[in-house]
Amino acid sequence: MKILVIAEHDNNNLKGSTNSTIAAAREIGSDINVLVAGLACSNVANEVASLDGVTTVLLADDAAYENFLAEDIAKLVISIADDFEYILAPATTFGKNFLPRVSALLDSQQISEITAVLGPDTFKRPIYAGSCIATVKTLDDKKIISVRSTAFDGVNSGSAIAEVKDIASVGTDGKSSFVNEELAVSDRPELTAADIVISGGRGMQSGDNFHLLDSIADKLGAAVGASRAAVDAGFVPNDYQVGQTGKIVAPDLYIAVGISGAIQHLAGMKDSKVIVAINKDEDAPIFQVADYGLVADLFEALPELDSKL
Amino acid sequence: MKILVPIKRVVDYNVKVRPLSDQSNVDLNNVKMSVNPFCEIALEEAVRLKESGAASEVIAVTVGKQDSQEQLRTALALGADRAILVESDNLVEPLVIAKALANICEDENPNLIILGKQAIDGDNNQTGQMLAALMGYAQATNASEINISGDSANVTREIDGGLQTIQVSLPAIVTTDLRLNEPRYASLPNIMKAKKKELNIISLADMGFDISNRTELLSVELPAERAAGVTVESVDELMDKLKNEAKVIS
Ligand SMILES: Cc1cc2nc3c(=O)[nH]c(=O)nc-3n(C[C@H](O)[C@H](O)[C@H](O)COP(=O)(O)OP(=O)(O)OC[C@H]3O[C@@H](n4cnc5c(N)ncnc54)[C@H](O)[C@@H]3O)c2cc1C
Ligand SMILES: Nc1ncnc2c1ncn2[C@@H]1O[C@H](COP(=O)(O)O)[C@@H](O)[C@H]1O
Repeated sequence: MKILVIAEHDNNNLKGSTNSTIAAAREIGSDINVLVAGLACSNVANEVASLDGVTTVLLADDAAYENFLAEDIAKLVISIADDFEYILAPATTFGKNFLPRVSALLDSQQISEITAVLGPDTFKRPIYAGSCIATVKTLDDKKIISVRSTAFDGVNSGSAIAEVKDIASVGTDGKSSFVNEELAVSDRPELTAADIVISGGRGMQSGDNFHLLDSIADKLGAAVGASRAAVDAGFVPNDYQVGQTGKIVAPDLYIAVGISGAIQHLAGMKDSKVIVAINKDEDAPIFQVADYGLVADLFEALPELDSKL
Repeated sequence: MKILVPIKRVVDYNVKVRPLSDQSNVDLNNVKMSVNPFCEIALEEAVRLKESGAASEVIAVTVGKQDSQEQLRTALALGADRAILVESDNLVEPLVIAKALANICEDENPNLIILGKQAIDGDNNQTGQMLAALMGYAQATNASEINISGDSANVTREIDGGLQTIQVSLPAIVTTDLRLNEPRYASLPNIMKAKKKELNIISLADMGFDISNRTELLSVELPAERAAGVTVESVDELMDKLKNEAKVIS
């Protein structure tokens, strides 16, 4: 049962989604090989080599992989796919982009966003925005699986160091090319990695008012998120969105402020350990999932909370 | 330029879906069905490209049971020129859907194929990328902006870290994110006109490839319930609970 995990990184640092994907792989088998494809990313390969459970690191260091274009990453994975029975990637925008290509080229039906491994071919995954959980069994010989990071505790560095093997680049087919990127820069923890997340919704009324959340976030070491309505209204950038079609988070503490609690938002945060809701409407559905609900005007509650922290 | 828009009939996004009592599947009896919201966005983009003169024809296609004609009629009312139903007796998986769509692409030779990034029933997020791979086309997923110029397109993508712009050579596959556009509503005259537009039906089984599903659905259950919470009366009480009961802040 040879398993291939595709690492997510930015050429300098490994992303936590990789640690979670390796954790899921360990529930399937023990021969875990991790592909690190990128440019000048040997640091990342070394970091992966130190992780618990990793057998071998395959390093494809080439300009073709600098920006992780789906066509080229898929082509690389296909070039080594014969050796593996399982191919796993994180269910992030990185993994979702290329993994279905791999799946189609191998004529296998991918299983998306697993949240539990029940056996070598049987997995759980949420469907309908997490309203239901499906148990599915794959009949394919090659199993192509994307992993929901929040469902698996990421592996840490261990005592053993795995071998790092260079593998050949298969180049780019040039059908798509990178133009530019506008990445969010923030001193706060990343949304999907933070222990505490404080999110604002339409009730925040404006982007300026998000400073009320920022200040609390800084005191708590929290990340700031948002509902779709807040992103659509232009209060905050798209990478803040939590939900069915945004980011999935499961921090120790999630504070929802001025968010009604639509099913699509709950899909992204209802596995948080402790949920706090601050909303002026006592009938808002968010209170049904909240451990602590405060019925209040956020413009009064937030400054008070801030001053008392 | 010809644009193909694959759409899917799904449970309306306002419906809270529950398992059947024997947990064999989800209960879809008497629930409202709609066009998948991301497919509406895809269709809207295609229609706008046509209205701007960049495209000449918009074709809506779906792989589904006979009842999916309803969603194709909606697509026609929203501005598609014609529609194709690839009819199947059963609901099939993304790989089979992608193969059927590849067949349609071979026949129609579209320059651009716009799909939703995800269907809100299975939340798979696979079909567009699979179709791109089968056709050997470039892809741009999670699009929030599309600019066509000549035989390529610049597409801005919503990624976890922010925004990324890539250039894809046409023909290409684009999948839509939420903020690409705001879809219009169908007007009554357009709904009437849509009844007369062309809707062709092809049989999936006749396409000549293996259409069997590769996964078995063993059961469907509700997610674990959260324990009931409490209402706190004040910010002080909230802070006390978070510090001393939940112990999540210090
Ligand atoms: C295909 C699809 C995908 C979607 N994906 C997502 C997703 O990933 N994430 C997501 O979040 N949504 C998503 N949505 C949208 C979702 O359905 C809701 O529309 C959205 O979550 C609502 O955001 P909101 O709660 O901020 O706004 P609203 O529903 O408008 O709620 C605002 C809340 O603020 C409260 N409020 C107002 N003023 C104050 C005040 N002064 N003090 C305290 N409370 C106040 C109100 O009582 C209300 O409850 C999706 C929808 C579709 C169709
Ligand atoms: N049965 C179908 N017929 C046509 N297009 C589909 C079908 N299923 C999915 N699609 C397209 O693929 C997108 C992504 O769906 P999915 O991969 O199932 O999440 C949808 O938004 C549609 O554009």
